[in-house]
Amino acid sequence: MLKNLNRGDDMVSTETIGKENTPCIRLHKDSDGLYKMSVQTVAAIVQVLNIARDRRLDETRACLEANPDPTAVIAGDRFSSVKGEDLSTYRYMQEIMKEGDSEEDIEQKRITLKLVMHIQKEDIDLLQSYAEAISGTSRPTPVTVEGDVALIKEFCGEDEDVHVLEDISFTTDHKFENHCRSPPWRQILGDIAYIEVKPHDEDPFFITASTTGYFVNKGWVKEKCDLDYEPAGEVNSNLVELLKTKSAKFAELIVRQPLESRKQQKAASDVTMIESRKDDANANEAEREKEREMRRKEDEEQRNKGRKETKKHLEPTLKWIEESPKADKKKKVVAKADAETKGSEAIKPRRPLASRGKSKTPYQEEDSFSESSSESEEEEEVLERRQDAGSDLPSDYWQIQKLVKYLKGGNQTATIIALCAMRDFNLNQETIQLAIRDVGGLEVLINLLDTEDIKCKIGALNILKYISKNAQIRKAIADLGGLQTMVKILRDPNKQLKALSAETIANVAKFRRARRTVRQHGGIRKLVGLLDCAPLSTASTPEHEMDVEVARCGALALWSCSKSTKNKQAMRKAGAIPLLARLLKSTHESMLVPVVGTLQECASEPSYRLAIRTEGMIEDLVTNLKSENAELQMHCASAIFKCAEEKETRDLVKQYGGLYPLVNLLNNVDNKELLAAATGAIWKCAISAENVQKFQELKAIDLLVNLLNDQPEEVLVNVVGALGECAKDPPNRAQIRKAGGISPLVHLLTGTNQALLINVTRAVGQCAEEPDNMAIIDRLDGVRLLWSLLKNQNVEVQASAAWAICPCIENAKDAGEMVRSFVGGLELIVSLLKSEEQEVLASVCAAIANIAKDEENLAVITDHGVVPMLAKLTNTTDDKLRRHLAEAIARCCSWGNNRVSFGNERAVAPLVHYLKSKDKHVHRSTARALFQLSKDPDNCITMHEAGVVKPLMEMVGSEDTVLQEAAAGCISNIRRLALANEKAKYS
Amino acid sequence: MAHITAKKHQAKLADELCKKTHFTKPEVESLLRMFKKYVPNSANLGHTHHSSRMDRTKFRDVLHNSFDMTDDMLMDRIYRAFDTDSDGFVNMEEWVHGLSVFLRGTLDQQTQFCFTVFDLNQDAFISRDEMFQLLKNSLIKQPTEEDPDEGIKDLVEITLKKMDLDHDGRLSYQDYSEAVKSEPLLLEAFGPCLPSSWARIAFLATFSEDV
Repeated sequence: MLKNLNRGDDMVSTETIGKENTPCIRLHKDSDGLYKMSVQTVAAIVQVLNIARDRRLDETRACLEANPDPTAVIAGDRFSSVKGEDLSTYRYMQEIMKEGDSEEDIEQKRITLKLVMHIQKEDIDLLQSYAEAISGTSRPTPVTVEGDVALIKEFCGEDEDVHVLEDISFTTDHKFENHCRSPPWRQILGDIAYIEVKPHDEDPFFITASTTGYFVNKGWVKEKCDLDYEPAGEVNSNLVELLKTKSAKFAELIVRQPLESRKQQKAASDVTMIESRKDDANANEAEREKEREMRRKEDEEQRNKGRKETKKHLEPTLKWIEESPKADKKKKVVAKADAETKGSEAIKPRRPLASRGKSKTPYQEEDSFSESSSESEEEEEVLERRQDAGSDLPSDYWQIQKLVKYLKGGNQTATIIALCAMRDFNLNQETIQLAIRDVGGLEVLINLLDTEDIKCKIGALNILKYISKNAQIRKAIADLGGLQTMVKILRDPNKQLKALSAETIANVAKFRRARRTVRQHGGIRKLVGLLDCAPLSTASTPEHEMDVEVARCGALALWSCSKSTKNKQAMRKAGAIPLLARLLKSTHESMLVPVVGTLQECASEPSYRLAIRTEGMIEDLVTNLKSENAELQMHCASAIFKCAEEKETRDLVKQYGGLYPLVNLLNNVDNKELLAAATGAIWKCAISAENVQKFQELKAIDLLVNLLNDQPEEVLVNVVGALGECAKDPPNRAQIRKAGGISPLVHLLTGTNQALLINVTRAVGQCAEEPDNMAIIDRLDGVRLLWSLLKNQNVEVQASAAWAICPCIENAKDAGEMVRSFVGGLELIVSLLKSEEQEVLASVCAAIANIAKDEENLAVITDHGVVPMLAKLTNTTDDKLRRHLAEAIARCCSWGNNRVSFGNERAVAPLVHYLKSKDKHVHRSTARALFQLSKDPDNCITMHEAGVVKPLMEMVGSEDTVLQEAAAGCISNIRRLALANEKAKYS
Repeated sequence: MAHITAKKHQAKLADELCKKTHFTKPEVESLLRMFKKYVPNSANLGHTHHSSRMDRTKFRDVLHNSFDMTDDMLMDRIYRAFDTDSDGFVNMEEWVHGLSVFLRGTLDQQTQFCFTVFDLNQDAFISRDEMFQLLKNSLIKQPTEEDPDEGIKDLVEITLKKMDLDHDGRLSYQDYSEAVKSEPLLLEAFGPCLPSSWARIAFLATFSEDV
């Protein structure tokens, strides 16, 4: 392409020579060994760019990067980019107009000026079009908002299959003068109006239209009678797009609407606005294209000039060049952020409190996680594609490939034959499942679900039902949109089809995204509908059997779906509870397992727990505890475990005789899941004292103690929890000791599972209430173990350990000596007073109250600064903390001048206010503290000023002798001071 | 007088038929009326016993219009299956009997019916050749394939593997009914010869309206 070349060692150049005897195009090697090309004229640039072909843009960019200030290069340094007002052109013009230069010079300068003007013009044009493009992405204005809402309203209505939304409207009809509908104080923040949206498939929600775009806000707050204006989602510049993300139904239907045509008809008045929106995307694209083109041209020009007239100067501002990459970058950042949030969604951090695997502790889960079973998360992580066995594909693979080919290219008859033949493979085997996927079978199978032919649908579902047990297939089915179709099939009149579809959904909906898809497409309501077709009588005719099968499959699918909190709510709203209650009366195990499974999954929700109790399901659950089927027993026990959080439920379990079968289940030592559920149920039931009595009769303690060895943690957590509850009853404490339970319990203190540690510390604490037990604990060095748990990361463990330490100190012999022997122990416990958890503070105060009984220890903790720390806590309003804090203060007063210190630290006046509390325990400990403090005259004055006398007088009349005594003592101290004072006056 | 006899005869026929079929008496009567509507000039034939007979074209029209059937070969075969006395026509009894199986037959009845339809040469076996005949249009011909029939042949083998339980290279009724029992989808293994569910519902609706 380039002719007449001169070749040197490290360079090639053209023979045509530019002004300063440099060749027009020169390729030379620089010191780094890289080749560089330089050009001198426009013609040369055109040539180079032609050679570059597709990479023209890259070439241009490289050139720009090499010449960061092209105008300066072209027109000379006087036109280099400077900030602020740029007058260089004018000055240059004046220079030309001034006489003096030679004709030639002036001619040269004129050309340069013309060029500069051209470049500047180009620059301004570009900027303008770019600005237009940006403003075209139109931030909403009151007018556009009105238009958008009015437009969408056109498509609203009752009919679920036609109308995109049930309703969309502004929250208020009132419009301010500036056409905004939001109140003025929100207008300042950019809000324009609030829109209430009622989709067909979701709960109503509110959208804020603000100048930055549309976003969903947190909705109506009843207590405030006002909206919560905080955004609850991403800002979207387009209302339709936002609605699409919120409502699957809307997204599905809006594309079917003849939107464009109606838009034009209707909105003749505000055509401009709609037009601009409609063409946004195109315009943007076109604009960008144009811009690129221009940039290229200009570059060429610039470079060319630059080489030709290095001494001449001009300069356009180069803002637009900076503008566009910045904008791009921004976009990228957004995209990246998106990706990140997505990523973090997929791999949620494990909850801090989690026990490993399937923990069955209900309350932790419902709080910290929307999923009630942790299995789902695990499943989501198992998604790396397994390497195909590449080299030796089994013959099955080719067979399947052939069948899929017939599925694709066959009529209904061939399809059925191929489907039936496919069933002869072992569809439970992973290689087969993946083979079907790898040859594109899933797409075909899912497509078949969309056909009219019932047999093809049944045949396809028959296969999907099996292969969807594979996690990767599940994901693929969801990705291919199979769930949407299957949800639709749930409405089919053919019962077999309904049942198969539900069963397949049950398999697919094992991960979160799939469950969400089912819900968003109205699947929950339809599935709940399936439950309704089972008659109560035992199925006898084939018709009945089919009904029962449909209900069973519906229950299976709901069971899978019920692992998401939102689905639980959707199920409740769809009326699942009474239907489940009815199915629970069934006698078929195959039916009961999914029904009870669903119930136990849902029991993490308080509303379900209430319903399970009030709908009389506890009785059925108890009955099924006696079933032969271990899985059913497990789910029943698990449901009771979750429900027995409530006292009424516990009573019902006892009333229906559920405690005996529960204890009986403890004998199934080998089935760990069942054991975990049963022990969990016992734990929760044991919260009621009457139940503990019953467990005692049933000798549950011995069985439980036996389970302390060699059990997985999820069983241990519950066993220890149960023992802890039982040990609240004094005879049981002895029983645990006799059964040899103390030693394994103390050993468990060395564990790491935090849920377990909470329960173990509690149980050990309960056992330590009995001096005999305490002796054993002491011998096993249990107190030291408890003490070291104060260092645990988990605040609940800390608190629980501190509580357990209290009875230990009370009941241990030589407790003072023992405590002193823990190196750094006292410092540690005092430092916990800095904790932010009320429970930790309360427990530590209680422990300090006990420690302070020993004078020597009291001296040590005083040295560690216990007094100011306690004083700092006195402003609390938590009665539990107040009680133990006052107790600790009372005890700490007896050392040195701690009394005075408390006064100096302003602990006295807040204490007086404790007397207004309703808690009697607080009164008692506070009165004791006040009595101790009143031994210092200054404190007496403070107390008196705080109005202590009146409440104390009342408390002297109390029936609690301790309180009486303390109150009286305090008053007498105050009185004595007053008398002394008077005496001093008169004498 | 002849008219009255014909009426009496028809009433008797209806009585008999409703005992032997899955239809109620009014339904049978309505089916008979329908038959007469399709074959209006039956009286011309003169015979009282074979007073009205439906020929092949007429029957195919009915299948096509009422049941959406399109496959000529299968429609012919269905016609043969209806025509149990093989006289080349479908008479009233055959019409009602046939429809009874066609619309409301038990699985066994329908299996038998389908088997008869597919047994092209009526030798009580469905041979490889017959299957080939039945399936030859079931795959879209790929222009790239060397032997366009290979797919069909393979399909026949697949079907045999699935249904030929006694491994004699052909399907007996025994084979067929066993296979259908274990996989009901194979009832119409070689092509649609029973009305689709919605066509059935639609048809039943039309004649129960008469009642």
